[in-house]
Amino acid sequence: MEAIESKVGEPTNDETRLVDAARGGDVGAFEQLVKRYDRNVFRIAQHITQNREDAEDVVQDAFLKAFQNLGQFQGQSKFYTWLVRIAVNEALMRLRRRRPERMVSIDEDVKTEDDSIPREIADWSPNPEQLYNQGELKEILQKTIQGLPESFRTVFILRDVEGLSTEETADALGLSVPAVKSRLLRARLQLRERLTKYFKRRNGDGQQ
Amino acid sequence: MKCSDFLKELTDYLDGVIDTRTKAELEEHLQWCHNCYVVCNTTQRTIEIYRDHQLVELPDDLRTRLRTAIVSKCEKHKHDHPQATEEKKPGT
Repeated sequence: MEAIESKVGEPTNDETRLVDAARGGDVGAFEQLVKRYDRNVFRIAQHITQNREDAEDVVQDAFLKAFQNLGQFQGQSKFYTWLVRIAVNEALMRLRRRRPERMVSIDEDVKTEDDSIPREIADWSPNPEQLYNQGELKEILQKTIQGLPESFRTVFILRDVEGLSTEETADALGLSVPAVKSRLLRARLQLRERLTKYFKRRNGDGQQ
Repeated sequence: MKCSDFLKELTDYLDGVIDTRTKAELEEHLQWCHNCYVVCNTTQRTIEIYRDHQLVELPDDLRTRLRTAIVSKCEKHKHDHPQATEEKKPGT
């Protein structure tokens, strides 16, 4: 089985030059960094806040904060990981402001003992793409991921959708590597469980 | 190996960050445990389907608007805090 590959590549010398120039006040250089990562930041923000307006605000605030605080960026982590950390914090702040009653802190573990035990055990057949059209499929994927607890959803988005490594995800979220792995496993299993209800084999062991 | 042990290692197995010996044990378990085989396969496909379907897109017009706003805010910050950026110029 092939390992999951990362989506954002290694920083290049060119990126280091842009970061250095931006740190010195070169807004044009910073704009190049914005162009490079704005789509990623917007996706992360939208997935966390689940609100378009909030996501737009998060993109603006995260990049502005990054520009203002570039002096504190040490270059020990990638610029992108550092930026994601700022964006995640901004997004969580807005989410908490909007729905404080439903929030679980990223620092807390969600106490559910058996939420990840597989119950739906059936192969997906035929392919989901054959069962549903693109619009329906996107709706199912959207609805399913929105149902995950926020702390699981954020880890899954960073690790599996945006392609950060486990260590980068831990760094961006201020979590330990074992905590990221534990949440990732539960996120993956819960999504799998919910998707299987839509995608399971119609005839045979997964009859509906 | 029990199914619960298999599940504990599933994330590392799917990410390809597992030692050779554990990997062999997991694959031996997959040979005879149909349930774990199905769970492993559909979990892999869960990851792939989310990776392959872009659920959130940033339209070009919004992208331009956001970038213009960011650049303008950065210019304003630079104007309001000239020393903050001057001091950090490389080689100064």
